[in-house]
Amino acid sequence: MTVWLETMRRETLLVMRKKSDVLNPLVFYLLVISLFPLGVGPAPETLARIAPGVIWVAVLLSVMLSLERLFRDDYRDGSLEQLLLSPHVGAGLILAKILSHWLMVCVPILILSPLAALLMGVSPPALVAMMLSLLVATPALSMIGAVGSALTVGVGRSGVLLSLLILPLFIPVLIFATAAIDAAAMSLPYLGQLALLAAFSAAAITLTPFAVLAALKISVQ
Amino acid sequence: MLSARRLSLARQSRQLFSDVSFSLEPGRALLLQGRNGAGKTSMLRILAGLSQADDGQVLWQDSPIQQSENFHASLLYLGHQPAVNVELSPTENLRYLCALHDDNAESIANILVAVGLAGYEDVPAGQLSAGQQRRIALSRLWLSKAPLWILDEPLTALDVKAVAGLEKRFKQHLDAGGMLIVTTHQPAVLPEHATTRLELSCPEPESEASA
Amino acid sequence: MFKWLHPYAKSENLYRLSGKFLFWFGWLGTIGAIIGTIWGLAFTPADYQQGDSFRIIYLHVPTAMMSMSGYLGMAIAAFIGTVWQQRHADMTVIALAPVGAVYTFLALFTGAVWGKPTWGTYWVWDARLTSELILLFLYLGVIALYYAYEDKRSGARAAAILAMVGVINVPIIHYSVVWWNSLHQGATVTVFEKPKMDSSMLWPLLINIVAFGLILGALTLMRLRNDLLMKEGHRPWVKKVLEEGR
Repeated sequence: MTVWLETMRRETLLVMRKKSDVLNPLVFYLLVISLFPLGVGPAPETLARIAPGVIWVAVLLSVMLSLERLFRDDYRDGSLEQLLLSPHVGAGLILAKILSHWLMVCVPILILSPLAALLMGVSPPALVAMMLSLLVATPALSMIGAVGSALTVGVGRSGVLLSLLILPLFIPVLIFATAAIDAAAMSLPYLGQLALLAAFSAAAITLTPFAVLAALKISVQ
Repeated sequence: MLSARRLSLARQSRQLFSDVSFSLEPGRALLLQGRNGAGKTSMLRILAGLSQADDGQVLWQDSPIQQSENFHASLLYLGHQPAVNVELSPTENLRYLCALHDDNAESIANILVAVGLAGYEDVPAGQLSAGQQRRIALSRLWLSKAPLWILDEPLTALDVKAVAGLEKRFKQHLDAGGMLIVTTHQPAVLPEHATTRLELSCPEPESEASA
Repeated sequence: MFKWLHPYAKSENLYRLSGKFLFWFGWLGTIGAIIGTIWGLAFTPADYQQGDSFRIIYLHVPTAMMSMSGYLGMAIAAFIGTVWQQRHADMTVIALAPVGAVYTFLALFTGAVWGKPTWGTYWVWDARLTSELILLFLYLGVIALYYAYEDKRSGARAAAILAMVGVINVPIIHYSVVWWNSLHQGATVTVFEKPKMDSSMLWPLLINIVAFGLILGALTLMRLRNDLLMKEGHRPWVKKVLEEGR
């Protein structure tokens, strides 16, 4: 138990010391979203129509950008070896590390999303759906992304490779999340989509730590 | 007791070592020697369970280390990289490492003073010199109770005083029945009577046809 | 469980066994594909709705089916490699991935060619084609990951893990895409679903599906055998095999 808390404490400290790790994905998120009105024109009905897709694509990309750093420093300075040699190494410890990533990257995105919604002219009911979809689906992004990050941590410049590995796996999240927001915008029920997203996240939380662990062992080898 | 049975490793179809066997009793040190690229680090990583040999087994108390219940708890491994995060202070680094390995974190402050890092306890490690960073990593030799130490070039970047302190600690550890596997270019730090030498000499490509 | 496989865990035995399989897979696959394709293209009656353009299913459906089965086979090899620590299973993953990717590309290409007379455009975000496109990305990810590693053995292990993570996602992706497609363009006629096919049309299709599967297997074995020779080039058995000339 202490080892989990110490892991979370360490990750939090690291983020406090290096704020750019959190701030850069957030700035990127807002930047991508503000590019779209410039590209397709500022007509409110057009923006409202494409808003769910644009916002969610921006979320996927910013989460992906932040993932490249998830294990990078630990790999370089040898901390990853120490983690793998710990008597406590296992899915739980890995989960603690990824949970820290979620708290530090995905939760700020969630908090910032009303601002993104404002930029894109999203209606209040759709905004609620958007917040809920972010809440239940971003854990899946962190978990699946961690697998890709663990697989590529040993291979030098891995940014583009990482996107090739994990963006296709993010597609179900994109489809169901945007569908939920679309449904909310048309005042239709969207609980089903949210339930599917939650199930996807739950499955990712249970299964991916094992894949991450196996991938880290290979990367360290 | 740690024993290696017929370990072999090839890299890029070059045989680094083959059929290396030894066993290490409590109170003994093993000094790995060989020129650069002979596979010393690879051997240490195999012994620590970080990499896999092509053939052969590493046994801890007569069971393979992958299946051993207490191997990880009995091992202190210090690799090439010091496992010190440059954003964190020495104290914060050691707190995390102690938590990972179930070491006693209460004496961190005393030990940092003992290894000559007094006054640097709360400075980010990135602002310290390479030798000081290495001292943070080596502090774990005083914090840990693990009987088996595997150390990869522990003396790199250390000054004379620190080397002397380490020499004393090695002797203490071996006298207390600990085990030590080490690669170093300064073999004098190990007590002669308790040390076994193992030379890794990777053969020339022609003479290695032993399938 | 895999005790009977043990002798084949040795590279030389695997090389010789796969040589025998390669012979049969290669010849049966080639002959089957020739028969099925000629039968399908020349001797089946034309479709009463689509005319002759439907005949491309004799290429499209086998490549599409085998690209999916190929991914499944790759994941099974990856699973064996991970659970039983079989190095050769990891090598099979890498042998299969580019072949599967080419099949996926062919399925996309024939789908686009078929799309032109049917929909009037080469690309439509149809559920089947979209799934194939994502499958192509998944294959490319596995291949790219393998080649990014300097140590090819670690690369093969990493690719195996990615293949397993991918295969769990493939059905989820497929059904989410089907659902997305029905949501956005429910009125599109799905030409891919042919509930009733005349048996004279069906037989060549079945022959081609089996034949394309055999060719997939043969190409994979060829790549695996090359890889074995390259990786073990310093072992005596390779020299022996090369002197025997087969």
